[in-house]
Amino acid sequence: MRTEISIKNTKSKFLDKVEELSGENIYACYQCGKCSAGCPSISEMDISPNEIIRLVQLGEEKEVLNSKTIWICASCFTCVTRCPKGVDLAKIMESLRQITLRKNVDYVNPLSISKEVLSQVPQIALISSLRKFSS
Amino acid sequence: MKISYFPGCTLKTMAKNFEDSALASLSSLDIEMKEFKRWNCCGTVYSLTSDDLIHQVAPIRNLIRVKEQKDTRVVTLCSMCYNTLKRANKLVKEDSEKLDKLNNLMDREDVKYNGEVEVLHLLEILKNEVGFSQIAKKIKIPLKGLKVAPYYGCLLLRPPEVGIDDPERPTILKDFLGSVGAEAIDYPYETECCASYHTVVNVDLVVERAYDILNSAINRGAEVIVLSCPLCGFNLDNRQKEIKEKFSDFKGIPIFYFTQLLALSLGLDEKVCRFELNFVDPRPLLRSKHLIGEV
Repeated sequence: MRTEISIKNTKSKFLDKVEELSGENIYACYQCGKCSAGCPSISEMDISPNEIIRLVQLGEEKEVLNSKTIWICASCFTCVTRCPKGVDLAKIMESLRQITLRKNVDYVNPLSISKEVLSQVPQIALISSLRKFSS
Repeated sequence: MKISYFPGCTLKTMAKNFEDSALASLSSLDIEMKEFKRWNCCGTVYSLTSDDLIHQVAPIRNLIRVKEQKDTRVVTLCSMCYNTLKRANKLVKEDSEKLDKLNNLMDREDVKYNGEVEVLHLLEILKNEVGFSQIAKKIKIPLKGLKVAPYYGCLLLRPPEVGIDDPERPTILKDFLGSVGAEAIDYPYETECCASYHTVVNVDLVVERAYDILNSAINRGAEVIVLSCPLCGFNLDNRQKEIKEKFSDFKGIPIFYFTQLLALSLGLDEKVCRFELNFVDPRPLLRSKHLIGEV
């Protein structure tokens, strides 16, 4: 995808919102890529974790919120443990999910989960899944 | 020793083998696990957004129950419960403004919470209070020759401020295995995420991940895996059905909760291990090693 960088976007409210929700300083990231190097889910992602931060820095709201990446991240905290700048990327990913979920848009509609799956998976899986994927 | 115990949802249903083997083992180690009254869901995942206080109510309510029942410590077995309770507790201990808000939100509680309760995982009790060397002295059936790969997953270790051991190179399960006489297998996937709750809507992702984790352990010579999280347990054990459908070379490997190995080695009745609840039946292997009796 082509990304157009514009000064308008970098001054957007999106960046402020992510910083407020996550409590993290987005500009602390200096793009070393350690988060992406150690991410166990990177093969499933369309945008790598360090690129997500860069795009947030540039205010590219649509590209970030439409990515698969933010939903694939399962908060395993590997990147949080390893970031040399102490950026809590798990909190940033959660903030990005929350920006969508708080518009009352579910990523997974609870009603779409079949009875077969409901009877098969442990409660702990179901509740954490709905906590992460539904509003 | 007596300690308040938080079971959480899954230990009362699918992971009853985890709870029963733990309670029987601890009773034989003279630890009384007192399931406190009126516990509720821990929240399962810790809320990571700074303004989301409502989801801190569930974990903090549990800590209020512990305080009400005049205890200052609570122990969990499930890694997810441990992480959620521990992080919520840390949050309110460090942020008095949020603590005040939470107490105000829960204005119908008789007791206000001020961070008095300490959250512990059972492995910490075994290591620091019973002592692995003491456990070793009480072992009746050493698990000699059993090659076990420890699997830590995420939430016992990360983020580091709540982890029970080094997040990159943990040894607590290996040390535990040493105390029960088993051989710990070293392999590179012991702290890798199992894909967690993706098991509900994205089974493929879990299958890929679990295959890598299990195969790595098998290739290093592991005969079984040991863990402490019922969600990891489901993904690494029950999902072996789907792994076999996708990867024809996959042989399968039994998955244990660490408390099942503890109970076995303490010489307790095999029934407390509830092996019938393990998806991959570990009994043929245990019989071949003479660790349990013939049928």
